[in-house]
Amino acid sequence: MDFLVPLLGDYTFRTVALGAALLGIVSGVLGSFAVLRQQSLLGDGISHAALPGVVTAFLLTGSKNTEILLLGALISGLAAAYLMITIVRHSRIKFDSALALVMSVFFGLGLALLTWAQKTPNANQAGLKRFIYGQASTLLERDIVMMAACGAVLLLLVALLWKEFKIFSFDPDFAQSIGFDTTKLNLLLSFLIVVAIIIGLQTVGVVLMSAMLIAPGVAARQWSNQLWLMVMLSAVFGALSGVLGAVISSAIPSMPTGPVIVVCISVIATISLLFAPGRGILHKIYRQLKARSLLQVEGRDIS
Amino acid sequence: MNCEDYAVEVCDLTVAYDVKPVLWDIHLAIPKGKLVAIVGPNGAGKTTLIKAMLGLVKPVSGAIFFGCNTPKMIDKKKIGYVPQSGSVDWDFPATVLDVVMMGRYGHLGWFKRPGHKDRDMAMEMLHKVGMHQYAARQISQLSGGQQQRVFLARALVQQADLYFMDEPFKGVDAQTEKSIVWLMSELKNQGKTMVVVHHDLRTVPDYFDWVTLINTRIVANGPVGEVFHEKNLCKAYGGQGLLLKGAAV
Repeated sequence: MDFLVPLLGDYTFRTVALGAALLGIVSGVLGSFAVLRQQSLLGDGISHAALPGVVTAFLLTGSKNTEILLLGALISGLAAAYLMITIVRHSRIKFDSALALVMSVFFGLGLALLTWAQKTPNANQAGLKRFIYGQASTLLERDIVMMAACGAVLLLLVALLWKEFKIFSFDPDFAQSIGFDTTKLNLLLSFLIVVAIIIGLQTVGVVLMSAMLIAPGVAARQWSNQLWLMVMLSAVFGALSGVLGAVISSAIPSMPTGPVIVVCISVIATISLLFAPGRGILHKIYRQLKARSLLQVEGRDIS
Repeated sequence: MNCEDYAVEVCDLTVAYDVKPVLWDIHLAIPKGKLVAIVGPNGAGKTTLIKAMLGLVKPVSGAIFFGCNTPKMIDKKKIGYVPQSGSVDWDFPATVLDVVMMGRYGHLGWFKRPGHKDRDMAMEMLHKVGMHQYAARQISQLSGGQQQRVFLARALVQQADLYFMDEPFKGVDAQTEKSIVWLMSELKNQGKTMVVVHHDLRTVPDYFDWVTLINTRIVANGPVGEVFHEKNLCKAYGGQGLLLKGAAV
């Protein structure tokens, strides 16, 4: 643990760790709702769909400013989410097909634009590629401020609309029957998820971002039977994996931060799936074996 | 009868999921204070009919009225809804009490949190459906009949004047069925209207005082004593209905 002491004094490490923790908290909270609504792939679709926005923002402004590039990502992410919801509402196409459709079209467009944009002067310095796999070391203090501000707004909205999101996630038909506008709730929740994804894009990248959205929620569900507890734990797991990822990638030379964060949260999710009491796979096997041995004992008694 | 004597009226309603109509030209008026069974064979559109009345499916044509009001004019929270228990994922992280409290959300409106009053009412209704000892239980650990009763309690806390129930007896044991029937008659005595999708033809005359027979179209709609006879059942079910009802005779 000695290597931690100089790390804490290191500006880059502190920025990266703080950014990764923020990203983990926000995506953990919003991701829980995506997991519960069985729309786990929503994040994957939206994050991939953010790419053409990044490139278009660069092509239009020529700027390498993170805020401007992420604004582009936000716009194309929102457009993709809106398109998916609209396709499902107005056609017979199911959610997963609509998602695959929108995702591949947007990501394809993004890659095409990116290849083209690479040819323009100063494109290489613009670092557009960092949004594909993420590059946490490019995080600046003002990026962290922006992430914190957006994250605070998201968390506040979730707190305000807690019971609405809860009833909408559990039983949307009933929610609508008692007068909640579920179309608006669906749009709002999806848009919050888009913003959560955009917050993490620079650190983790469009390809791996969906893991940050899903894995904390899946892990937290294993340990909790109450929605608020699940969301809290999910935020903790997300933050923990963010900080762990930052530590590991600083301790080992040339370890990319984003992928390491994703590996950390995957390890947490795997442990939770295997070992959580009650819902864990091991516990289930144990109960089965116990039930079987009880049956055998009873069977012998009868004979 | 004037429009205010009706709990719900359906005019020229047609609903289609694809090209094929599920409900065709439905014309229907249900008087206030009745216990109504909606009866018909599988695929007759019973669930679709109550979903259309609740505004949950969009009709191709037609209009719904509650008394003299259009759906936009009425207070949605005063219409209780008991969906089929299979319509939600019971592995959701919530307790029985959590789910019953959701019935109060409409009364609370946006942003407000449920308070002591709502909790007390939820406990009272759990008592009524015989589930109070399960209040703190995880909903994933409930049996089918218990899920059904939780949904019933959730509708009861709405304190509605009009209830739509989609097969509330599905998967419940004889004892629970009896207590649900007792509850429904108690609600009827308070002047409330209940529209219930029902499957068991034998119990229709015992449980209900009004029956709507449908099979994509309306076959009959009226007091049980007047319209629940073999000719109409034959029309709704083909020859099958006679067999089903005959089992009881």
